[in-house]
Amino acid sequence: MADTVKLTIDGHEVHAPAGMLVIDAAKLAGIEIPAFCYYEGLTLQAACRMCLVEVEKMPKLMTACTLPVAEGLVVRTETPQVAAARKYMLEFLLTNHPLDCPVCDKGGECELQDMAFRYGAGESRYNETKVHTPEKQYSPVVFFDAPRCILCYRCVRICNEGMGVNALGVVERGAVSEIAPNHGDHLECDECGACIDICPVGALTSGIYRYQTRPWEMTHVGTICTHCSDGCKTTLGTRNDRILRGNNRDRSGINGEFLCIKGRYGFDFYDHPDRLQAPLMRVNGKLEEVSWAQALAAVAEKFKQTIGAGTFGIVGSNHTTNEENYYLQKFARSVLGTNNIDHHRTGDVVTLVDALSGKSGALATVADLCERKAFLVLGADLALEHPLLSYQIRANYRHHQAHVYVVTPKAVREDKYAAATMRGRDYESLRDKLKAQPELVILFDDSYQGGELRKLVDFGESLGIPVRYVCLVDYANSRGAIDMGLTPELLPGYQPSGQSGLHLDEMLAAELSVLWVVGANPLENAARKSGFLVVQDLFLTETALQADIVLPAACAYEKNGTVTSGTGEVQRLKRAIETMGAKPDLEIIGFIAREMGAAAALGPWTPDAVFEEIRKNVRGYDVAMPALSTGGAAQTMPVNGRVAVPGPAGLVRSDRNGLFASGTLGRYSKVLNSVLESRLSR
Amino acid sequence: MLYNEPSPLETRVLSRRFGMAHSESIETYLATEGYQAFLKASKMTPDEIISEMKASNLRGRGGAGFPAGMKWSFVPRTSPKPKYIVVNADEGEPGTCKDRVLMENDPHQLIEGVLIAGLAVDAHAGWIYIRGEYRYLIDIMDRAIAEAHERGWLGKNIQGTGFDFDLYTHTGAGSYECGEESALLESLEGKRGVPRIRPPFPAVAGAFQCPTVLNNVETFCAAPAILLNGGAAFAALGIPKAGGTKLTCLTGHINKPGVYELRLGFPVKQMIEEVGGGMRNGKKLKAFIPGGSSCPVLTAAECEGATMDYDSMAQRKSMLGSGGVVIMDEDTCMVKACLRLMKFYAHESCGWCIPCREGTAWLTKIMTRFHSGGGSPQDIGLLGDIAKNMLGRTFCPLGDAAALPMISIVEKFRGEFEDHLNGKPCPYEHSNRMVTA
Amino acid sequence: MTFSPQLEARFAKLLESYPAGRQRAAMIPMLLYAQDEIGSVTDELVEEVAQRVGVTPLQVNEVVSYYSMLHREARGKYHVQVCTNISCLLHDADQLLEHTCQKLGIENHGVTPDGQFSIEEVECMGACSWAPAIQVNYDYHHFVTPEKLDRLLDGLRKKQ
Ligand SMILES: Cc1cc2nc3c(=O)[nH]c(=O)nc-3n(C[C@H](O)[C@H](O)[C@H](O)COP(=O)(O)O)c2cc1C
Ligand code: SF4
Ligand code: FES
Repeated sequence: MADTVKLTIDGHEVHAPAGMLVIDAAKLAGIEIPAFCYYEGLTLQAACRMCLVEVEKMPKLMTACTLPVAEGLVVRTETPQVAAARKYMLEFLLTNHPLDCPVCDKGGECELQDMAFRYGAGESRYNETKVHTPEKQYSPVVFFDAPRCILCYRCVRICNEGMGVNALGVVERGAVSEIAPNHGDHLECDECGACIDICPVGALTSGIYRYQTRPWEMTHVGTICTHCSDGCKTTLGTRNDRILRGNNRDRSGINGEFLCIKGRYGFDFYDHPDRLQAPLMRVNGKLEEVSWAQALAAVAEKFKQTIGAGTFGIVGSNHTTNEENYYLQKFARSVLGTNNIDHHRTGDVVTLVDALSGKSGALATVADLCERKAFLVLGADLALEHPLLSYQIRANYRHHQAHVYVVTPKAVREDKYAAATMRGRDYESLRDKLKAQPELVILFDDSYQGGELRKLVDFGESLGIPVRYVCLVDYANSRGAIDMGLTPELLPGYQPSGQSGLHLDEMLAAELSVLWVVGANPLENAARKSGFLVVQDLFLTETALQADIVLPAACAYEKNGTVTSGTGEVQRLKRAIETMGAKPDLEIIGFIAREMGAAAALGPWTPDAVFEEIRKNVRGYDVAMPALSTGGAAQTMPVNGRVAVPGPAGLVRSDRNGLFASGTLGRYSKVLNSVLESRLSR
Repeated sequence: MLYNEPSPLETRVLSRRFGMAHSESIETYLATEGYQAFLKASKMTPDEIISEMKASNLRGRGGAGFPAGMKWSFVPRTSPKPKYIVVNADEGEPGTCKDRVLMENDPHQLIEGVLIAGLAVDAHAGWIYIRGEYRYLIDIMDRAIAEAHERGWLGKNIQGTGFDFDLYTHTGAGSYECGEESALLESLEGKRGVPRIRPPFPAVAGAFQCPTVLNNVETFCAAPAILLNGGAAFAALGIPKAGGTKLTCLTGHINKPGVYELRLGFPVKQMIEEVGGGMRNGKKLKAFIPGGSSCPVLTAAECEGATMDYDSMAQRKSMLGSGGVVIMDEDTCMVKACLRLMKFYAHESCGWCIPCREGTAWLTKIMTRFHSGGGSPQDIGLLGDIAKNMLGRTFCPLGDAAALPMISIVEKFRGEFEDHLNGKPCPYEHSNRMVTA
Repeated sequence: MTFSPQLEARFAKLLESYPAGRQRAAMIPMLLYAQDEIGSVTDELVEEVAQRVGVTPLQVNEVVSYYSMLHREARGKYHVQVCTNISCLLHDADQLLEHTCQKLGIENHGVTPDGQFSIEEVECMGACSWAPAIQVNYDYHHFVTPEKLDRLLDGLRKKQ
């Protein structure tokens, strides 16, 4: 291959693609070259000088982080000269570094500690006074301890380049150089915490996690964030059944190192004092705690009475797992015998799938966001509503100069680097520019639905280039809810249900005998009309308050199962902590079925068994299991075909959660609220 | 204005107009062959201009001594980007005050040098980056630029040659590091004076990421003479391998400090004794810095037989540098001198890389303590060690600039360090004060 | 912010001195010239310059704090800068600095209570062959002796 070069590193012959840096080429040979400032995907700094290596024919040591591979290059990474350079670089770093490792959050997973352990400088020849400056709080989330900072500039770069926020910089110079926030003494930013996570030492620490634990006392569980539809993987650090932090430092998952404030810190609703611990039943007009056995028996009894005699309505959730959604609709259709099942739709996926049938367009995947050459963003403020997608398009622009076109009602972050930006909805006027692109991904929000959406797909088709679409939806499993047939008109996999049942709005307006709400709050601003109301939820929501029976449900971090991101990746939720009183919705539904004597017909209610059934029955879900079971993402086949039943107009409505809101869960998150409060108080 | 009497031993090429009435005006300039070199060059091809420059053996006068003609030849001819000329008038190297004299006395010579560079690389705009402290020079240069515009020596279609060129002044705001070429370019773009990763070098991606010729004031000022009289004639003024003359700043303990234009290869002894009028108060020479504070210090013995040129200094493991000669007599406390230099580098380190940022600060702390009487025997070895751990490992040469004098002073004047250990804070001074931190 | 017409003219010229889209390049000269007019780099000036050259205030602050001639606090009407670097040191510049401090009754980096004078020990100012040297604001004074300095400062004091 012409674009591969051969070089020698520590005597090993290495074949590396031309243009690769020696520091990465060494990894191919299993050789680790130490580095603080080098961070894949961010701009080069060559500031920490840890990666110095010997290169034949070069008089001085070279930084492996800036040196591209070249044919015949001979590199040595372990000579006495290199070892000395590393050791004394660490000695320099430690001169002013406080040795407060025993009380530092980073102790145990600190890159500086690891390097000192590996490369020496265990003793110091530094006898002068250390510079000390007091610790600062930059925001509810971000704390900064300047003396611990080694000035690797990772935080500055992740904020500027990765997030596009530019909230961090460097002030002063020389030994008093310091990282500084954008507003004098405080930060105004996305509060994503990426700077904290990327900090190799304990200079940036999080208000949520600091002084909570030693890292090695935690168990680390990789699962999926429960907030928006972007589907970020988050690794939860838990101890004694408490979640202490979320991060994604191992960069696994579709989000790499990315997480927004919700993914990193917004898990905290799980132990809000208002969390329901026991089932509630209305006794003499008041909700009272009862045992699970009592509650389940009462529900089963009511359901059995109603079958054949009355009417049911079932409202599912765009938070619950695919397994729960699938099982719920199966329960509704085969046990309760009704198609009156729906959920709050936040994007018109149904029309998109239908509009695409017979056309060349397709549904886009996360990989498309990272790789395709051009993007058209319609309506949404991506950075606030879909932070991961925004991050990926930004990275695509940085690395591959993707062309981004923006047509939104108001200014958005993408404007800064967009090839063209427009206010309003007149995407048609971009026709010529878009036609000139080799390919295009169109992302649109809920303001494009029904006929408008069909028009958009026609427009895309008329460009004569490959076009893919992302229908932006709100919550962690909105896509899964539709795919799993949580709609009256469609069965799992977009098969027509035959005779459509009532839609969400119709169900709420109708005087049904029983309304069963699983993980949603449809009666937030309305009074119930149904004769009997069963609610499964984490909190006593406005809907739950009106219920006859409330069953406490487990949250995403307390159960297993799968969810599907807005771009169609199936990923696995892994239980991080045990619950005391609440149960996963799947179990609750299963227990109700058992009480009713209908369990045999429905099949087992373990997530794995249900997912097997989904793989067999749901179009697009026959995904490969190895990736999924090891914590990776499995792409669903883009479903692309005629949907016989058109979705009803006007039902689709996004909640437009910004960075610091997340429906009901957000209301119970201390972190999100504290950020909002600190903004208000300024 | 001139600050010192010229010496008959000078070879006045770049400084030939110094001392003339209104030497800074365009009239004087035009009356003394001014802009003729440009006219000549405008009839030559870029290759011809560059080969004259190469033939002159002119090496960069900013300190690094890189051959100027070669540097100009690195600018890619085929690049579709605009090309720029940048003049390094940051003059921050301690001991150096020559660019100031060149701009003050003969600003048009610099403008003409820039125009010649513009012709050589097809550049049509340039900036003179002048350190902020030299505010009055900005006024002088701005006036000269305005004069040149009025008389058609800048702007569109210069003197009917079809060549366009716009020149601007740009002020720094207090930073030695901004004299380093890539930091200067960052500063020119409105950023912190932090150097850039190289490659790419300025010739390929310099000002505003476009191909750029960046040279010291004196380097550009040599171009008119080279074009006018031929590269060979300029080369012949010096010695083989180092052509021409060098503006040399004599500073320190000498009778006639000043800026003198001496041919390269001028004997050090003669320079001190005859050009500089000998050591002040008849004292003996103790130490000698040949070209600005970043060069290793030489002892009096090492000055024997030395000449002011690149090779002679390299043989003595020092450098010709920027031409800032610092002469220290027998009463000088080398520990104090060294402390002052370390303080300078710590103050001027941009802070970007670990070894320079932490190393200069650490050296300064030890030196401060040591000079004031708090030193210990281990410190002496440690000082040299720290400097050696910086040497060659920093992001830009500022680290070396701090390490080299440190290493040379502890090695060559170790005895003075040992003397400081014996009770009195500073045995070389009557008033035992330390430099204020 | 409003500036003098001369300064506005200078800004206008500066903004035209760089390639299109590179107006950030004007930032440092603008800050320095504006500081000369209003005495220091105020928060307001930071915002103003940020807006004029199209960057964030943080980006301006990064720059302001980097350069030693840009300062956030007001200095004296006459800012006396004493070079103590090597060539000046060899001409007893450290004593000259001390003398200046005694003469004005303030320390290095101090400002006299009446706001007339301030002192700063500075690095090499390019006057090495005419050492020791000081700068009062932008004016160079060469071969300075304590006596000459006294006369200079007394003269300035009278002038106010
Ligand atoms: C820390 C540092 C400071 C420097 N300061 C200056 C300076 O003030 N003036 C200058 O012309 N060159 C200075 N240089 C050298 C420049 O980097 C560059 O080599 C020079 O301007 C190139 O011009 P020349 O080839 O004509 O010498 C400095 C270099 C370093 C590393
Ligand atoms: S972008 Fe969405 S999925 Fe990712 S961390 Fe934020 S809320 Fe969670
Ligand atoms: S990783 Fe190369 S210098 Fe930091």
